[in-house]
Amino acid sequence: MSASHVVPGSRESRIVRYTFDERIHHWLAGISYVYCLITGLAFWSPYLFWLAALVGGGATARFWHPWSGVIFTISVLWMYKLWSKDMATTDADRAWSKAMKYYVENEDEKLPHIGRFNQGQKTFFWLMLYGAILLLLSGLGLWFVESIPAWLRHLSIAVHVIAALATIAGFIIHVYMGTAMVRGGFNAIVTGEVTSSWARHHHRLWYEQVTRNK
Amino acid sequence: MSQASAQIRKISGHPGPVPGANVEPIYTVCKLIDTTTCIGCKACEVACLEWNGYPFRETVFDNSYQTMPETAWNYWNLIKFNEVEGADGSVSLLMRKDQCMHCAEPGCLAACPADGAIVQYANGIVDFQQDHCIGCGYCVNGCPFNIPKFDPATKKMFKCTLCVDRVTEGLEPACIKSCPTGCLHFGTKDDMKDLAETRAQQLREHYGFAKAGVYDPPGVGGTGVIYVLHDATNPEAYGDLPKDPHIPWTVQIWKGPAKWIGNLAMVGGLLGVVLHYMRFGPKRVEEQEERKGGES
Repeated sequence: MSASHVVPGSRESRIVRYTFDERIHHWLAGISYVYCLITGLAFWSPYLFWLAALVGGGATARFWHPWSGVIFTISVLWMYKLWSKDMATTDADRAWSKAMKYYVENEDEKLPHIGRFNQGQKTFFWLMLYGAILLLLSGLGLWFVESIPAWLRHLSIAVHVIAALATIAGFIIHVYMGTAMVRGGFNAIVTGEVTSSWARHHHRLWYEQVTRNK
Repeated sequence: MSQASAQIRKISGHPGPVPGANVEPIYTVCKLIDTTTCIGCKACEVACLEWNGYPFRETVFDNSYQTMPETAWNYWNLIKFNEVEGADGSVSLLMRKDQCMHCAEPGCLAACPADGAIVQYANGIVDFQQDHCIGCGYCVNGCPFNIPKFDPATKKMFKCTLCVDRVTEGLEPACIKSCPTGCLHFGTKDDMKDLAETRAQQLREHYGFAKAGVYDPPGVGGTGVIYVLHDATNPEAYGDLPKDPHIPWTVQIWKGPAKWIGNLAMVGGLLGVVLHYMRFGPKRVEEQEERKGGES
């Protein structure tokens, strides 16, 4: 995946940022998460119950929500297999985190250089990984509610709600940054490629690493 | 109930009061179960199945007279048998007819996310509407009496309806009709409370049950099914009848403050990213930067 090549018709060389495997699991996780989000919000509030109508009605939503959650958890665990090494926090990330203010305010030239992922992406990854595990475990409690004692039912509710809200917070930021804020990011997770300047700008250490052996 | 709910309360352009108003007042109905006169014959179990059209299901033998460990989706009425040893070494065989308690403040209804799947009629009966039920089982979390049960075939929840289809036609519930000892009574809540208190007083004064009393737990706003117990201080002895039932606090927080805090947080998050975009805009990487970067 370190190959860099010039795409015909483009003025600039492009770099492979995400392999096919990575993109498939990202979108499997993304679609199953959004399904769980829509149906989960329908169960969450009477004012959002209409969302269930978008996916076939309340009973259908109830039937597929847990299975979609299983798919989400499996795909996130697969992403762990793919990315766990890339997602470890490095010294470069610690320096970047201290200067995160500049990232938020789009003064990127003041930021220290970082590798394949920034600390925000890494935090989001771990949030979704642990969130998925907690959501699945507590979801089993809600799924098989008649088979467990009362205290476990109530623990399941509390954990499911807190974990869901935490992942929603991460999800809002993730979607915003991946589409509106960081231009080129959405294209990267669809096509797998970024421009060299994009790679240099956002992930200088990674860019240098993948272009070194060219 | 459908006829009563369509009763006209106010009327336009009409001289005088609404014709027929208040001739049929709606009472809160109540079932009184006097555990001290129950003989455990299970006629009520059979009557419940007969009226509601369910076949007799498989039983589970557990060294007692009890038909099965707990109520089932198609077995709403179950007498619980408990042998309890007293302080003097004597043994009492306590029998309690278990079914939906028809709480004034129903935990199942509070927990339910599906529009119209659980309703409480003006007469106090709490009823599941399977047409609207999505089978999520949240009602199981809300119920302090472990009553709602899931039918795997239809993926809907079921429980005792207090024979709402009989009651609205002026009949008593099927279980009441079948009771041979008269330990089951049906009427208005006020009347049943009076009858229960009178019976409890009788038990205390004439039968030596000093702790006899009425079970009408205030934690769920009182119930549409009340008990006379030989020992009202120890309802747990009657097969897991909770001493102070209330809607579980996790369900109360979940359906109360957590909802509004969560909703505010989600709307806040969306507003936050919109404001960020308006203030700082997108990060754009110009293609020329590669050359510029290379020069610097």
